Amino acid sequence: MSALVPLLVTLPLLGAAIALIFGRRRRVQVGVSLLTLTAVAVIAGILLYTVDSTGNALAVSVGGWPIPFGIVLYVDRLAALLVVVSSVVLLAVLLFSVGQGAADGDDETPVSIFHPSYLILAAGIFNAFIAGDLFNLYVGFEILLVASYVLITLGSTESRIRTGVVYIVVSLVSSILFLAAIAAIYGALGTVNIAQLSERMTELPSEVQLVLHLMLLLAFSIKAAVFPLSFWLPDSYPTAPAPVTAVFAGLLTKVGVYAMIRTETQIFRDSDVNTLLLIVALATMIFGVLGAVAQAELKRILSFTLVSHIGYMVFGLAVATPAALGATIYYMVHHIVVQTTLFLAVGLIERRAGSTSILKVKGLMRAAPVIAVLYFLPAINLGGLPPFSGFIGKVALFDAAAQVGTPLMYALIFGGIITSLLTLYALMRAWNLAFWREEEDGMEEAGVAERTAYLGAAPAALVQTERRVIPRIMTAATAGMVAVTLALTVFAGPLYDLCTSIGEALQQPITLVQLDEDVAS
Amino acid sequence: MNVSLVLIIVMGALFAAGVFAMLERSLTRVLIGFLLLGNAANLFLLIVMGKPGLAPFFGVASDPEDMSDPLPQALTLTAIVITFAVSAFLLALIYRSWQLGQADTVEDDEADIAVRERGAVDEDTMDDESTAEDDEATTDFVGTETAPITVLHHRDVDALRDDAPIDMPGDRPTGRSPDTGRGDDA
Repeated sequence: MSALVPLLVTLPLLGAAIALIFGRRRRVQVGVSLLTLTAVAVIAGILLYTVDSTGNALAVSVGGWPIPFGIVLYVDRLAALLVVVSSVVLLAVLLFSVGQGAADGDDETPVSIFHPSYLILAAGIFNAFIAGDLFNLYVGFEILLVASYVLITLGSTESRIRTGVVYIVVSLVSSILFLAAIAAIYGALGTVNIAQLSERMTELPSEVQLVLHLMLLLAFSIKAAVFPLSFWLPDSYPTAPAPVTAVFAGLLTKVGVYAMIRTETQIFRDSDVNTLLLIVALATMIFGVLGAVAQAELKRILSFTLVSHIGYMVFGLAVATPAALGATIYYMVHHIVVQTTLFLAVGLIERRAGSTSILKVKGLMRAAPVIAVLYFLPAINLGGLPPFSGFIGKVALFDAAAQVGTPLMYALIFGGIITSLLTLYALMRAWNLAFWREEEDGMEEAGVAERTAYLGAAPAALVQTERRVIPRIMTAATAGMVAVTLALTVFAGPLYDLCTSIGEALQQPITLVQLDEDVAS
Repeated sequence: MNVSLVLIIVMGALFAAGVFAMLERSLTRVLIGFLLLGNAANLFLLIVMGKPGLAPFFGVASDPEDMSDPLPQALTLTAIVITFAVSAFLLALIYRSWQLGQADTVEDDEADIAVRERGAVDEDTMDDESTAEDDEATTDFVGTETAPITVLHHRDVDALRDDAPIDMPGDRPTGRSPDTGRGDDA
């Protein structure tokens, strides 16, 4: 079984190379990407099943080096679950983008780079999830970041270059910080293997541990968009193409959260910064959602709610009991799926109405009932209305925090409830304006008709009308993702059991002996 | 672990200079800052290698104590490759940014400014940095006779289409854009 593990990274990289060769043939590119990601999703499913049924993690020593020296790929339940979820999300978003590209008929625009970059992004995400040493985690981050630089400036238009610059510079700073932290850790402990790190870390003086700990957390917090390091996100995500924004919002920040979980539960078990993390989590939730309330553009509203909901995950991580960690994992899975679905639904709105500003869009309820349903379901799910998965995740989180029962915990629970309500408010305000508001009649209607008649003669009119038609495959991809969000609710029981067992497993650090056995098996 | 003090001082200086350069709005300086920071981090990896020794090949040294630690060298090589790729991408980005006529500076977020202005309709006390004449922002390309390339806005090229569904920012104040700068000189 462990022979399948490296395929998670090598298959997308191989697919990217093939897609690059067939840069001028879109159909071949689409075929290669779909085939690769489907294969990876199947492999990820097999890995999750194997790991969950045997209860042992799978580990591969790349190149056959003995354990603490070589590169180790490590798949436990947590990594396998996240790889499964992200491969499903990547596949759905790829389908969406195929539909969008086909409708745009963009033979002229330089999209030949989209499929290779997208596959490399996938390879980077999977590599980060299954990395068994700190430096391989860094390499995974760099692979996905460089691919994301290309995707966020796709087509290199003026607005995308402007927002891309902010994103790229911020990411570069966090990468350098991460690299410096790795150097410092290697200098102190002489290893980068996460199993050996957790064994040797206890020998260090606590001040040194704290410095190393904060350096790593700082680097990951920038990537996970934790307040106050989150200001780059709502600026840079919304201008990218809809599928790119969707996959970034769903996965890239969660890779940062995943790295934070590993840091807290595996590497720094003695050094305790949980109080700091709790305060930061509260600030992330509140300030993020207040930003969302102030916005008038759907993609920006969603970007701010994305930041604010990262706060829930940091909250669960900082509570640090098995129940809280389990709830965090469940919430992470829920949030990856729901946030991606919402961005896809907004992509549909954008195509249907030609804008995502809720001040301009109106009357969608009557004009596009399917889109209305596809937006409404994930929106109330993210807002945390029962019986959806967002509600289950939040209740589990609050329950775990209430069991600890300190005043700070109750402050965070209160903050979490406020955030949830404000999220609902921001999303429902958008719903009221964009879907329920009727198209106004009278004066303006006449003006619009006149203008459309005039525009009909313009050369670009054809493009405009074409954009209003939504290809079925886009709707189908979004509907599929909505179905996944509902499945998270329906199958919450088994999934939550899996998350709880992950939470309990995280209490025990991975040891070298165990890693050796996992490689041997 | 014995390490050279000179290397540590050099590393500190590189980090400081890199951070200082990265704080500028000019993208070219950000690139220089990134290169300095990247080299500083690589140097850091080399420093933690400890005492340099013989090449860590089988049979070269009888005692492992005489060998260099090979792992930081491997890490440094990887990091150098990554820095190299990212700087190449940054150069392309800077070139494109300049080509689009907005010089090579980091711009403020337009939607942020819009939100700010909506909030500050009544009170005109908001200090909007971006409207102030940004004389301090350094651009290395503006108004140079040596620039050999005709600047094309993307709206001049029919084949390029902006699919991003935002309102076009309209005609920017062209005071700093390269083409007018050159026109003034001529």
